[in-house]
Amino acid sequence: MTIKTYRQALHDTLRSEMLRDEDVFLMGEEIGVFEGSYKITAGLLAEFGEKRVRDTPIAEEGFTGAAIGAAMLGLRPVVEIMTINFSLLALDQIVNHAAKIYGMFGGQAKVPLVIRTPGGGGQQLGATHSQNIELYYAFVPGMKVVAPSTPADAKALLLAAIRDDDPVLFLENLALYNTKGDVPDDDTPAEIGKAKIKREGHDLTLIGYSRMAYIASNVADALAESEGLDIEVIDLMSLRPLDRETLIASVKKTHAAVVLEDDWLTYGIGAEIAATISDGAFDYLDAPVRRVAMAEVPMPYSKVLESAAFPTNDDVVNAIFQTLEAVGRRLKKVGQSHD
Amino acid sequence: MSSKLASNLKYELAPYYLTMTLKESPMTDNALTKRKAPARKPAAKKVDGGQLIKFYHDMMLIRRFEERAARAYTEALIGGYCHLNLGEEAAVVGLMSALRDGDYLFTNYREHGYALMRGIDPNRVMAELYGRVDGVSKGWGGSMHMFDMAHRLLGGYGIVGGQLPLATGAALAINYRGLDEVVMCTMGDGTANIGAFHESLNIAALWNLPIVYVVINNGLGMGTTVAKASAEPEIYKRASAYAMDSERVDGLDPVLVAEAAARAIATARTGKPFLLEVVSERLRGHSVVDPAKYRSAEEVAQLAQFDPVHTLAARLVKEKFLTAAEVHKIDDEETARADVAHAFALSSAQPDVSTLFDYNYATPVANDSRRLPGEPLFTAAGRPAAETQR
Ligand SMILES: Cc1ncc(C[n+]2csc(CCOP(=O)(O)OP(=O)(O)O)c2C)c(N)n1
Ligand SMILES: [Mg+2]
Repeated sequence: MTIKTYRQALHDTLRSEMLRDEDVFLMGEEIGVFEGSYKITAGLLAEFGEKRVRDTPIAEEGFTGAAIGAAMLGLRPVVEIMTINFSLLALDQIVNHAAKIYGMFGGQAKVPLVIRTPGGGGQQLGATHSQNIELYYAFVPGMKVVAPSTPADAKALLLAAIRDDDPVLFLENLALYNTKGDVPDDDTPAEIGKAKIKREGHDLTLIGYSRMAYIASNVADALAESEGLDIEVIDLMSLRPLDRETLIASVKKTHAAVVLEDDWLTYGIGAEIAATISDGAFDYLDAPVRRVAMAEVPMPYSKVLESAAFPTNDDVVNAIFQTLEAVGRRLKKVGQSHD
Repeated sequence: MSSKLASNLKYELAPYYLTMTLKESPMTDNALTKRKAPARKPAAKKVDGGQLIKFYHDMMLIRRFEERAARAYTEALIGGYCHLNLGEEAAVVGLMSALRDGDYLFTNYREHGYALMRGIDPNRVMAELYGRVDGVSKGWGGSMHMFDMAHRLLGGYGIVGGQLPLATGAALAINYRGLDEVVMCTMGDGTANIGAFHESLNIAALWNLPIVYVVINNGLGMGTTVAKASAEPEIYKRASAYAMDSERVDGLDPVLVAEAAARAIATARTGKPFLLEVVSERLRGHSVVDPAKYRSAEEVAQLAQFDPVHTLAARLVKEKFLTAAEVHKIDDEETARADVAHAFALSSAQPDVSTLFDYNYATPVANDSRRLPGEPLFTAAGRPAAETQR
């Protein structure tokens, strides 16, 4: 084990995979000379050269599509899209091509492609730069979408994504890059399609992914200390495929669930989770499934407005307390902040 | 769709090719589309009769195959959209003759002729149109999405321009591995206006990729003329924006096309991408169901002189490479191949529904959904009903 930031874990994993396999190469805007907008690829151009670390023009559709084409011929490109907002320019290549090629041609061509891209929000970047639209990709059969929340999972899921023969959207998060944690030294990939129980508990199931899984763990720990609450935390890890079984098993045990998401509520990922729980654990629920999500507005720039629109620890704590009240549980302190 | 249309689609060849004289330069006075004549390189002085006859065979196969497909469409044996290469036979045959077996082709939805010319069995191409298990894409692709790795046909693509970034990336892979293969990426004139065209050509030129982009300029994108869609209607000129070499060639003559393609491919093989514009005609509607009412009667009447199959037939007879009877015989042979393809496709099995989830993922993964529309998410026992268990 080594303590690393999420950023360092990503960097080190990219590097070790490039050393392991000559066919792994990186493409994206500003990843080489500039060393990455968020410095994940720092030093890699100097070490591996332009062939393996390829700076591209500002042409998301063009270079993402080129990565898909290179993958069809057996290379294993890892594309960086600067933030997930810009992936919209490559939507046709991702949805109509990467996700379709294997099935549409009867299994004759694989697309071993990874698209790394961070979601965000909360950095006062305004409406066009604060979205979390991983749902668009998680919606699409043929895609795999993974979303680590810790440095260890970042490593394990990136290993899995690079070694996988299908297109994988690898969701990072601006707020997580500087977070730290223990990272195993061995190269054991995660299993794509499996959720992870981060914390066992009996009072309520708290579900999140990416930044919201991080928040979930923090809130659960704080409430254990301050309220003596025993909350089970599930990190989805994989948005497609979705590990429904783990969710249902947990809710059958806790009888209540709160879902956290950094995207918009209506038609969002939380809606899918809530529907899943209603399908699989209806008789076990003692309260409606509650969702915490972004306010449904184009994200404002003003710090005051942005803070109001973006889900915080307080919002999570409130949702938990209200759900437990609906269950009928008495709590010592209701609605208190644990930031 | 009436069977009247189907029978119309069979070209009456006999009286026409015998009377037709070969136009020396059909493009210079092409009032149809008001295209400017290219500075054309003349065809090689020494005509290779054997090659011409081979081209005629190939063009006739495409012609009869497409007519057979159109008929099958009217008989509801083919679903979806069905775009034909009628009028583009010389372009298709000339281009494909210039590729080596190891070279790659990416093309669009108007690709039956390309699939045939890459050497794929017509039976398998027709079976794909009929959605059968023996189809090139096993019934998963249909008319617009034919794929055969063995013959290096890396896809017909139904999204206009979708193949351009992919083909560019295939050329990147060739470059990455230091191989001497090239990629050819064909598209229509309308496709030159999509953003992916710019992004792809720019990237290919920047990175010295071994790729030939080919624009089949048939004058129309559905019902929109080139003049109405392209600020620069001479599409090959756009290459100058990418410091890329380019050329425009007359797509009525398979020899001219083959020679231009060979030049373009030779350039690409040295790591210099190339833009080749092939001026062609679409003899029928955009797809089988399109009556093309937006074309005037006068325009349609003139189309006959730009029929590459008739033009080559007339030339073969005039230059005494073949007799009229021999030309007929070739027609009969290729018609028979199209008929055989139909019979084969008809006899090929429909895919079994149990194979519906066979191509979800190349790398199997936990919790992969395999649920049919009416099935519940969970069993009565609360277990996920159909995740990966099928
Ligand atoms: C992105 C996209 N937009 C629109 C269409 C519908 N469409 C199919 S073919 C076509 C015209 C293309 O014309 P051109 O590139 O000249 O090719 P041609 O059909 O003449 O071979 C259009 C608009 C599509 N398939 N994809
Ligand atoms: Mg056209």
